[in-house]
Amino acid sequence: MATELNRTPLYQCHVDANGKMVDFGGWEMPIHYGSQVKEHEAVRTHAGLFDVSHMTVVDLTGPDTTAFLRYLLANDVAKLDVIGRALYTGMLNEQGMVIDDLICYRMADGYRLVVNCSTREKDLAWIATQASAFAVTITERPELAMLAVQGPNARAITASVATPAQADIINNIKPFNGAYGDDWFIARTGYTGEDGLEIILSADDAIALWKSLLAAGVAPTGLGARDTLRLEAGMNLYGNDMDETVTPLESAMGWTISWEPADRDFIGRQALTDQKAAGNIPRLVGLVLEGKGVMRSHQTVHFDGSDAIGEITSGTFSPSLGMSVAMARVPAGVGPACEIEMRGKRHAARIVKLPFVRNGKKVFE
Amino acid sequence: MSNVPHDLQYTAAHEWIRREGNVLTIGITDFAQAQLGDVVFVELPDEGSEVMVGDSIAVVESVKAASDVYAPATGTIVEINEALIDSPELVNEDPYEDAWFFKIALTEEEETETFMDAESYQDQCSE
Repeated sequence: MATELNRTPLYQCHVDANGKMVDFGGWEMPIHYGSQVKEHEAVRTHAGLFDVSHMTVVDLTGPDTTAFLRYLLANDVAKLDVIGRALYTGMLNEQGMVIDDLICYRMADGYRLVVNCSTREKDLAWIATQASAFAVTITERPELAMLAVQGPNARAITASVATPAQADIINNIKPFNGAYGDDWFIARTGYTGEDGLEIILSADDAIALWKSLLAAGVAPTGLGARDTLRLEAGMNLYGNDMDETVTPLESAMGWTISWEPADRDFIGRQALTDQKAAGNIPRLVGLVLEGKGVMRSHQTVHFDGSDAIGEITSGTFSPSLGMSVAMARVPAGVGPACEIEMRGKRHAARIVKLPFVRNGKKVFE
Repeated sequence: MSNVPHDLQYTAAHEWIRREGNVLTIGITDFAQAQLGDVVFVELPDEGSEVMVGDSIAVVESVKAASDVYAPATGTIVEINEALIDSPELVNEDPYEDAWFFKIALTEEEETETFMDAESYQDQCSE
């Protein structure tokens, strides 16, 4: 082994559940516990449990924190009018390109960011550099674990194994909000297109919660199913669907840019304004394959009567739909009919509106 | 540990071969199906087609990846397993029996000399 892999506090739990452990961006994580497809189905129809402790939690406090985040992030934290409310946003560079996507929660004493593990070092360096002119204290929270419980029965089952105060939050919290209950930060967020929770808690509490949820019939779910679930839900994966070569406007993240108020200066604003004015912006779209086969990232997308070529950014077989779906970046003004070059042959596909699946059901036309 | 039956022969590309007279029945090994994960689609060659040793003649797609299946010997495809078209999950469930891929009528006997026995294949998988 070249380098020692990081392990989350749940490592032994994964091994005990027969997790197939792989190197995931320097972390030893479960790709599945036997069948990725069965785990996927469990989340769509019942409840699945994910260890997402590899993700990076960063707390920001200090008198300038709101002003700093309004400058740092393309979405506007001033929208977070209630403690616990969450916001999805891109963190952009001066060229408007996506350094990372993240969730920002408003907390009682500041804000909490949850950023990707693969981008941890560059994110922390970027945030620290940008914060130098602001009175902000940045505290990474590597000691905290994070579990996601997702699926139509996820909240009810989690409430049944929680304390009364936690159960009260779980039963009543609104989507995209979080709250503290007996040391757990409980948020009604996720990356699957299903109802559910993401819970940030101590390592000991995470191990205990993992065990009690499995005992209550929740399926341990690996990173393989996490990817098919998020893709069906039309949610971007950083590094696949967007990175520092594209802007949010090219990444189906236009809705995360807060243009108003017009006098809010955020990093990348000028570049995005210029790109919008120039027009002809490529877009990230959903693709459905008409026949058999599986679309994969980097396959090319071709259009009748046009030389412009698109590229698949994420592709898979959709367990919920029984067909292949993908996200692709395509030139402006093409489609919906297209062809995908797969292994030397062209296969018919079409552009559809994202997402593919929400709350267990097909949603595209 | 993956299952490697002793009555079969193997290739370095993780295919198994069952020989009856000059007809070879070919599938992918338990090790290969475990590496691929849930198989969702199998593309097979046409019956009657002539294949050369080393040709990519079938494709097995899992949720995770696509993988080629190669002709382990030169000859004619005399039968394909159409059950795999509608039930690709058989590749995961029963790789050595129900999930055979195709049968080749062998024309070049000497090509079979490169096939491995179970022990050699097992050694390859544990490397």
